[in-house]
Amino acid sequence: MSKRIYLFTRFERFWHWSQAALILTLLFSGLAIHGTHSLLDFQTAVEVHEIAAWLLIGLWIFAIFWHFTTGQWKHYIPTLRNIDRMVRYYAYGIFIGANHPYHITVERKHNPLQRLAYLGVKLLINPLIWISGLIYLFWGSLKGFMPEFIGLQQVAVAHTLGAFLMLAFVIVHVYLTTTGHTPLEKIKVMITGWEKEHESAK
Amino acid sequence: MRHAARFMPASPADGPATAQWWVLGTALLLTIWLVSGPLAASTADHTKFKELEGPFATGQEVTEACLGCHTEAAAQLMQSPHWTWEYQDPVKGKPLGKKTMLNAFCIGHQSNEAFCAACHAGYGWEDDQFDFTAERNVDCLVCHSAEEYVKPFGLAGHPAYERTEYPPDSGKFYEPTDLVAAARSVGVSSREACGSCHFYGGGGDGVKHGDLDSSLVDPGRELDVHMASDGLNFSCAQCHETRDHKVPGSRLSMTASDAQGPIMRGRKDDRNPASCQACHGERPHSGDLLHAERLNNHAHILACQTCHIPTYARGGVPTRMAWDWSEATRMDGDGKPFMLRNEQGHLVYDSRKGSFVPKENVVPEYLWFDGSVDYIQPDAPVEPGQVFHVNRFRGTPGAEEARIWPVKKFSGRQPYDTEHRQLTVMQVAIPNDTSLWFNFDFTKAIEAGMAATGRPFSGEFDFVDTRMTWPITHMVAPAEDALACADCHRPGGRLDDVPGIWLPGRDSHPWVDGIGFGLAGLMLLGVAAHSGTRLVSRMRKRGAPHE
Ligand code: HEM
Repeated sequence: MSKRIYLFTRFERFWHWSQAALILTLLFSGLAIHGTHSLLDFQTAVEVHEIAAWLLIGLWIFAIFWHFTTGQWKHYIPTLRNIDRMVRYYAYGIFIGANHPYHITVERKHNPLQRLAYLGVKLLINPLIWISGLIYLFWGSLKGFMPEFIGLQQVAVAHTLGAFLMLAFVIVHVYLTTTGHTPLEKIKVMITGWEKEHESAK
Repeated sequence: MRHAARFMPASPADGPATAQWWVLGTALLLTIWLVSGPLAASTADHTKFKELEGPFATGQEVTEACLGCHTEAAAQLMQSPHWTWEYQDPVKGKPLGKKTMLNAFCIGHQSNEAFCAACHAGYGWEDDQFDFTAERNVDCLVCHSAEEYVKPFGLAGHPAYERTEYPPDSGKFYEPTDLVAAARSVGVSSREACGSCHFYGGGGDGVKHGDLDSSLVDPGRELDVHMASDGLNFSCAQCHETRDHKVPGSRLSMTASDAQGPIMRGRKDDRNPASCQACHGERPHSGDLLHAERLNNHAHILACQTCHIPTYARGGVPTRMAWDWSEATRMDGDGKPFMLRNEQGHLVYDSRKGSFVPKENVVPEYLWFDGSVDYIQPDAPVEPGQVFHVNRFRGTPGAEEARIWPVKKFSGRQPYDTEHRQLTVMQVAIPNDTSLWFNFDFTKAIEAGMAATGRPFSGEFDFVDTRMTWPITHMVAPAEDALACADCHRPGGRLDDVPGIWLPGRDSHPWVDGIGFGLAGLMLLGVAAHSGTRLVSRMRKRGAPHE
């Protein structure tokens, strides 16, 4: 017997995919600015990066508002309960076809590992990128208010490290989407919003 | 039409080139005059003044006529470096100025006065006996005449009053100048008037500066957006706004940053009116939502000139990038001095002067500059075998008052006294037995030159490599030709070795990239291992019989 649950609302899906597109755009243009590749010339890269950054900031403001008005922020409260089971699943169970140890409900969308990872993105990587990016952007006006030991160099390094952390996250995140019952199952959920409920350990 | 001294004196091989210049120059100037008409309207028509009907026997007589009405003009001019050729080093308090300073081009004025005075705003500076207090010695015409007015080399600042053979017995002649016509044509100084000296520094068109040469007499918009004849048509004084005959904006002490709004009319302050900010203010970019703010912020670090003068010597006149005096005095097969030109027709060798490197469309070098320049005193110690810097631009990377500036870096090689370890001055240009250009004997030339300076000469000399830095600030291109971001924001860009800035696109920390890509690589490896294991285990399961 399989029942369908409506896991991701329209806003949540819009937010997720536009954020994904913007972050990839920012990564791509950011690495062009950084000089890692030259598929975009510097000026275009800066223009793209700045426009995408503002869009992303706008999106985040909406998302934060949404999280708090809908109470959805609770999905990111970290928990260590059962985390050992999650780790064992990904390190072993998944290979022998064990059932996923986590039971998704509308009230608990994310398993404990996801909670931790997304919380890390929201509390560490995003603010790091966001704050350093804004300082980078307004460096000309902010320079005078910065403590002595912070130069544009430190800001750029922080921003670049943030970008690399984001890249690492994106790699693992994209890979984990393929660990559903079929490789595209999880992607479809994020597109349609509907998740098929599977029997699994409680 | 007007000229002032601009050609080196007759020399054996110099004939055809000189003639060419005269024809070209004359035709050019005639066209400009026809096109642009007389200079700015004035309420006084000097052709109607009885005082200027002449005849005048000498330039001094013209000056006396001028001073009859312009009673304070000479006294004012005599305060200015155009007259004194003196200037006080604002940092070290020592005397600077053409009178005593050395450079890496024609080296020094002393002992060559009668020649160099062709560019002195006066009459009669021949030796150290010149009377700097006589108002009648001031030359009004060299700056103010709009007619042909030539101060040829060798006549101590006088024009030729009659047909004059120069050098004596050379068979070459200076034609006389019509002083009456020159006097009746006076007005505000034209670009050619200023340019008759400032375009020809170092002994030829465009030689010294690189951003000042005769192409600025009639420039197009792409060469100089302010002076363009078919555009704003600025005179030099439009920026170098002159008060009481004091011309502001000297390269000896510059305004490098000037982070202020435009100069407000009537406000009393002593700001330099020749800075870009004096008109454009410190936030000159507007309109472009994405970039205006960014570019204005760049102005905290860069001089306007850095982006807006993409290359210098853009007007078709090459500038001299290097000059090696040690090559001078070589003779051709017949034992005669000679000259060599490159494919473009630019001089690369002259027995009198040595070898040259002329260049057009030169990409500047860039350095931090706070406006103050450290010029050596003539007796500064030379370290044999080491490059000797005739001047250095001061500026601490990142300092509030400093900006990254475009400069011309010039390489010289010039004589120094190996015993006293000082640069030497040579007598080069006076037609006599000691001048290098007439006798081709370095020792004699140095002896005569040093005697005029009062410094000792041991009789022993050698050559030392020298460097000289020049600011690039003219030939401002139209905005659309300014540098693009990627000219600097890339590895190996224009600011590749400028310190004190974090330049996105140029700078990165290997360890940051190492950690970053290392981390990404580890993740990819992990993903690959994990997915591989998944695949393998799934295939095994398929192959195994169902439980
Ligand atoms: C809040 C959003 C962001 C803002 C305001 C921002 C702003 C900036 C700014 C101002 C720069 C310097 C170049 C320039 O002038 O445009 C920059 C560079 C860069 N950005 Fe962002 N950015 C943001 C988000 C991101 C994201 C999400 C990534 C990647 C995941 C990223 C990666 C980079 C990289 C790699 C560089 C090059 C750093 C360097 O080499 O100095 N940025 N960013």
